[in-house]
Amino acid sequence: MQPFTYARPETVEAAIALLAEHRGDAELLAGGTDLIIELRNRWKTPKVVIDLKRIDELAPAIVEKDGFLSISASTVMADIVADERVQRLFPALVEAADVVGSIQIRNRATLAGNICNGSPAADTAPPLLVYEAEVVIAGTEGRRRMRVDDFIVGRGEVALGDAELVTAIELPIPAEPIGSAFTRMTRRRGTDLASITLCCGVDSAGMTRLAYGSVGPRALLILDDSGVLADPAATHEEKAPYLDRMFVDASPSPTSMRAGPEYRVAMLPVLGARALQTAIERLAHAT
Amino acid sequence: MNDTVHITVTVNGEQRELDAAPHHTLLDVVRDDIHLTGTKECCVVGECGACTVLVDGRPMNSCLMLAVEVDGSEILTVEGLTDPDGRLSALQEAFLTTGAAQCGFCIPGQLVSAHALMAAHPEPTLDQIQEALAGNLCRCAGYEQMAEAVFMAGKEGDR
Repeated sequence: MQPFTYARPETVEAAIALLAEHRGDAELLAGGTDLIIELRNRWKTPKVVIDLKRIDELAPAIVEKDGFLSISASTVMADIVADERVQRLFPALVEAADVVGSIQIRNRATLAGNICNGSPAADTAPPLLVYEAEVVIAGTEGRRRMRVDDFIVGRGEVALGDAELVTAIELPIPAEPIGSAFTRMTRRRGTDLASITLCCGVDSAGMTRLAYGSVGPRALLILDDSGVLADPAATHEEKAPYLDRMFVDASPSPTSMRAGPEYRVAMLPVLGARALQTAIERLAHAT
Repeated sequence: MNDTVHITVTVNGEQRELDAAPHHTLLDVVRDDIHLTGTKECCVVGECGACTVLVDGRPMNSCLMLAVEVDGSEILTVEGLTDPDGRLSALQEAFLTTGAAQCGFCIPGQLVSAHALMAAHPEPTLDQIQEALAGNLCRCAGYEQMAEAVFMAGKEGDR
């Protein structure tokens, strides 16, 4: 690892001032499960590493405010998995957070970091898209909010400026119950990156929201308001053409060592049908 | 640029004052500065778990964290599992009984992960054991014996 200066600001404003001062030469450190690898391999060689974990405002916390469940920037996956409100309101996020790496990783890796890292395989991206989550961003100009769907740009790329940081990820608490489920395809159980990540949400108005990742430069959210997919009485044969249409924009990498593109494309509707079925059952259970 | 940062950490119950280089990982400092070499360096990408230590009671990969991050924290390494007289814990004894250690390289990490599991679930189920140890790889594939050892150590708590 190349030497750097370690900064441990105590306020968001101080962290932003450091980012502004070292524009492009500073890296933010939360859980570090990606950053430390990038530093060791010298893929990143910052002059300053800014540790966000001593900032009170960003301390691990999951709180309800203004109709949102707000998850602060240094909240780790294990905390999300254990939170009763997340379990009740956003079960697919729990399912996704619970399969990130191993217990050792889930005790360190943050939700905000998982999204800011911009990995196409980020497990938590599909549920955040389905739940219409927003990121809260702080910068020199103040605070702004953005839908996660707009924040994720592409492979390793998010809509975050040089002197900005994410303070929280906020999920709108649904007014009407939704049924939701997360699933993924890996080569083996535990400590594996996914070849497909997928989340499905259905509501009683017949809207189906499907999000999937690891099959293109970014996770995608596709909506279907035909009512066919969400219909508990519709057969698999009736749903199949609608389901297939949800995946036309998938473009898996031809060079990934995790799975070939043909296999991923073939498995998408299989995983989609399973998650859809679970989401429908959960909605029936909730209403 | 090469300035060190003064940190205070409690390692296996003993408080230590250290001057850590910011670019040194907790693993580097535990092995090279504190000279506790039970914690192993292996994959250095957070996949194998050989470097697992407890930070404030939670298992973490010490290869994936900077030493300066743990300022003020309590660290438990495999050396801290024995009692002050050096007697092995029930968990360690169980590993010996089942022959869980083959080449032995992954065992410190396995023990630390299992120790954290048993602190939360004194009598873990097989599912809980497998999940708790999923982040600890064993090239000898001694998984059955390890799971058996943890299960056995949990049951011994009954007596």
